[in-house]
Amino acid sequence: MSLTSQSVTAAAEEAISAISSAADLDQLKQVRIDFIGDKSKLAKANQSLGTLSPEQRAEFGKLIGMERAKVNQAFEARKIALEADRDARVLIEERVDVTLPGRRSLKGGLHPLTLLTNEISDLFLGLGYRIAEGPELESEWLSFDALNIPADHPARTMQDTFFVEPLDAKLVLRPHTSPVQIRTMLNEKPPIYIICPGRTYRADELDATHTPVFGQVEGLVVDRGITMADLKGTLDFFARSIFGSDVKTRLRPSFFPFTEPSAEVDFFFRGRWIEWGGCGMVNPKVLQACGIDSDEFTGFAFGMGLERTLMVRHGIADMHDIVEGDIRFSQSFGSGVR
Amino acid sequence: MKFPLSWIRDFTPVPADIDLELLEEAFVRVGFEVETIERVGSDVVGPLVVARVLSIEEVTGQKKPIRYVGLDCGETEVRYVICGATNFEVGDLVVASLPGAILPGDFAISARQTYGKISNGMICSARELRISEDHTGIIVLPPDCRVGSDVIELLQISDVLIDVAVNADRGYALSIRGLARELSASLGLPFADPASEIDSQKYGLDEQGVQVNIDDPSAASVIYLRTLDSFQAQAHSPLWMKRRIEKCGMRAISLAVDITNYVMLELGQPLHAFDREKINGSLHIRRANSDVSLTTLDGQERKLHPEDLVVADDQEPLALAGTMGGLSSEVTSSTLSLAIEAARFDPISIAKNSRRHKLSSEASRRLERGVDPSLAELASARATDLLIQYGGARYVGSSKSGEPRFAPVIDFDSHFISQLLGTEVSSDVAKAKLELIGCDVAVLAEHHWRVDPPSWRSDLQTGPDLVEEVARMIGYDAIPSTLPMSKTGSSLSSMQIRKRTMSALMANVGFAEVLTSPFISESILQTLGLEGELGRAFRIANPMSEDFPLLRTNLLPGLVNALIRNMGRGAKDVAIFEIGSIFKNLTALPVAEEVATSHRPSDAILAKIYAGVPAQPLHLSALFAGNLELSGWWGAGRKGDWSDAIALATRLVEESGHQVEVLSADFAPWHPGRCAEIRVNGDVVGHAGELHPRVIANLDLPVRSSAFSLNLSALPFAPVKVAEPVWTMPATYQDISLVVEACVSAANVESALRAGAGDLLESIRLFDRYDKLEDGKVSLAYSLTFRAPDRTLTAEEVSGYREAAGLAAVERCGATIRS
Repeated sequence: MSLTSQSVTAAAEEAISAISSAADLDQLKQVRIDFIGDKSKLAKANQSLGTLSPEQRAEFGKLIGMERAKVNQAFEARKIALEADRDARVLIEERVDVTLPGRRSLKGGLHPLTLLTNEISDLFLGLGYRIAEGPELESEWLSFDALNIPADHPARTMQDTFFVEPLDAKLVLRPHTSPVQIRTMLNEKPPIYIICPGRTYRADELDATHTPVFGQVEGLVVDRGITMADLKGTLDFFARSIFGSDVKTRLRPSFFPFTEPSAEVDFFFRGRWIEWGGCGMVNPKVLQACGIDSDEFTGFAFGMGLERTLMVRHGIADMHDIVEGDIRFSQSFGSGVR
Repeated sequence: MKFPLSWIRDFTPVPADIDLELLEEAFVRVGFEVETIERVGSDVVGPLVVARVLSIEEVTGQKKPIRYVGLDCGETEVRYVICGATNFEVGDLVVASLPGAILPGDFAISARQTYGKISNGMICSARELRISEDHTGIIVLPPDCRVGSDVIELLQISDVLIDVAVNADRGYALSIRGLARELSASLGLPFADPASEIDSQKYGLDEQGVQVNIDDPSAASVIYLRTLDSFQAQAHSPLWMKRRIEKCGMRAISLAVDITNYVMLELGQPLHAFDREKINGSLHIRRANSDVSLTTLDGQERKLHPEDLVVADDQEPLALAGTMGGLSSEVTSSTLSLAIEAARFDPISIAKNSRRHKLSSEASRRLERGVDPSLAELASARATDLLIQYGGARYVGSSKSGEPRFAPVIDFDSHFISQLLGTEVSSDVAKAKLELIGCDVAVLAEHHWRVDPPSWRSDLQTGPDLVEEVARMIGYDAIPSTLPMSKTGSSLSSMQIRKRTMSALMANVGFAEVLTSPFISESILQTLGLEGELGRAFRIANPMSEDFPLLRTNLLPGLVNALIRNMGRGAKDVAIFEIGSIFKNLTALPVAEEVATSHRPSDAILAKIYAGVPAQPLHLSALFAGNLELSGWWGAGRKGDWSDAIALATRLVEESGHQVEVLSADFAPWHPGRCAEIRVNGDVVGHAGELHPRVIANLDLPVRSSAFSLNLSALPFAPVKVAEPVWTMPATYQDISLVVEACVSAANVESALRAGAGDLLESIRLFDRYDKLEDGKVSLAYSLTFRAPDRTLTAEEVSGYREAAGLAAVERCGATIRS
């Protein structure tokens, strides 16, 4: 084939036409081989330059260079366009239904009593209280005698409290977490600021509102100048933190052997007064049994049931849900993420 | 205690139409929880009159007896009404509601035609008037009522009925006297003490009548016995007395019994009436000792305990003291002569009587809380007055044994009130409040008071007792609210942080926390194969259920139970965990000593008390069955198995900062070939794996159910971590494939490779395992990652390390390296 300017231009036009009619990247790749690659007309024309005279070589060289540049430019432009098409198409093709249920492992959760205990603990940590704990199977002396509960008190009968054998070991399943208060007072000097959350036991049949194994949180403060106003303020803080800032509390005179004066604390929640727990100023007899000078130090104590607190706050109607270990119950509370 | 406001109004002028919320608030403020409060009879409208039955005509031919009754209602003409009751005769007095009257339930009475007659009103039953549930017939009134008089007034139909809870230290408030005093104080009204109206002097002590003696001085402080004769046993109790007794929730029985109950309700002193003729000789307050039985008023023969407190005559017990009378000396319709007992029994003895015989009576409830010691004399005199007045009885004589014992005076620094309450209470106010509740306050010096509590307040013994009374009377709501804070600061303990973080981790890998009952059966120990130390459980002396008399030695019984329950409710994939104490009975428990509470026990005694409480380690256990990774539209799920149990247990321990050693173990209740022992520093801290197939079969658990238990108390707390530098040069990877005997553990191979590979080995991963080789050997393929801190490792260098690692495996584990 003789090299003419027409043939060069025609080959370039042919190439550009092929490029523009390439429908996708695969076709474009073939076009590149056919019209740009080493076997293409323009490449061959370029290879044949060596056979030409120097003048012709310069002339055709320039022409071929220009035409090849045009072809390359067209190729690049087409490639970018086709790539953009392809990318757009892939995004459409790869579209999924994002509302499909996500791939999940089993849903876990903490028991709401654990979550509540953690919440209460954090409240009181903020006031500088320590979270004190102690054994559930406990000495009768620490559970009753040291609390000024006399040997013939009804709470100390088998109708109320669980005893383990042999009886002369005087071990009970603690009916309250108060022995933790006693242990703390026996072993530490005031100032004492503690709460005692934990499991407690009383011989009540399981029904919608009772369980023989339940949770309690007690609080104890022993310091110089502690007053009943301090007790009230602490309970106000506690109630508002748990039940909402608009909750009111009320103290009603009551009787417990380990406090004097004693009170029941109620809170007004969703339109009614609800009994929450017992409280009072630590009876000097209790301080004395623990070796704390009752002339120098005064204190207050309070105690509430965790289940009751939980049931009221979350509208749980039946105790069985709390104690039966149905995973749906714990799962519904999740792991306490806020 | 249940009571009517009308009775209270005898002693303090509470308005009859007082707002009930105000009334409830007044009781609550001074410490009496109001169980119920209800205005009754306000919807009853007259005319409701006393009528005399003049004639009875039986209307025949009806399915039930019907009477056409002529009544004298105090009107000019005889009024005729239809009546379906038959419990009355001509001459009886009845309650007639006349046309225009409205009975409870908006039941309007009008003249109407019925059974072929005109009925011009209605004769009423107690239930129709809502004064009791009695509907066995119409009300027949006592003969002394005046015909035509207003029955609404006569039967005290309109009233406020209240039921309050009385705390254990306030026995005095189980009486109209006590409650009227409290209410008057709460409302700021005057109070007239019914006890001060009683003249007991006229009944002097003498040798006449039945004599009484307190044989056991620990049994009672004081007792009075009043003897009367010529009693008209047929005499009716006055209507007002019956109505008051009924409104207090008791039944009217007979005049003598009603009077003892009435005086008890009014004053708080239980009384007992004996038929004097049945008493042999004199009465004795003593223990039952060798007496074996007593038949009480309810007809029950009761086996006596030697410690039971009884009232006996010279021969035998006549009553279970303060608890229930005996049948043999009961007052009957033929009783002519009475002995009325009023005693201040020892509260604890009465409580024990009541508890031993499971017999809580109106009397025992009061006596076990402590009764005003001055009342034995006064209440017995009051009952004598009433027996004379309404029963025509003649007073014979009185006997007394013992003396009333009153609470001692309290020396008191009045500063203490404001100091303890946290609000300023002036001396004048405080003194007035103490006097309001009946104390005598002598001011010895400024702020130095000598307080003599009233006879009915034996609970007032210390300064704080008095502070409570002042606080009660100024109102607890007068105390301000202040928030104290610790000045020393605090944080969670390491164990508390461990519980929180481990439980959060468990929840986040799909486990639901449960809190199970620690009470277990003997059979579950056997089923789980928990023998020897693993099954040494404490036995509860008084279990809720005989089926679950033991305390858990392990958390798995509770978890197994919960798993079964969840499966039973349709769950397929269940993963649960619990953190809790376990109880093992491993050493003989020492006998506890008596320890005084008047002062802190010595350190030696305290050490003994603490040592007597067994260790109760904290465990974290988990149990799972079914898928841990769920199936779904994306494909199949993945069942959890032994390796998940071991991996999770290992992860918990590793995250607590420890190197974990995993060894094969044979430990109940796990599958002996699929159980790992988890060790830290050579000590066992837990077990993990698949449950024993026999356990799974016996409990009908899903196959391959797996579990782990960690003893959190045995797991040490790791020291603060020292960080290692993060090396940033490129990593180089080498794979090595080995063949070992089946008995060689992967852990041993890995540790050999680690030892051989040298310090630049960053990590090692078993990426393939094949145990179906023909000669029973196992092929293990590991990927080794090497990295140097300061340079890119060359291929030659790394391949040298790989060879060294392989050589170590060959030497230590008998491995052969696959080409």
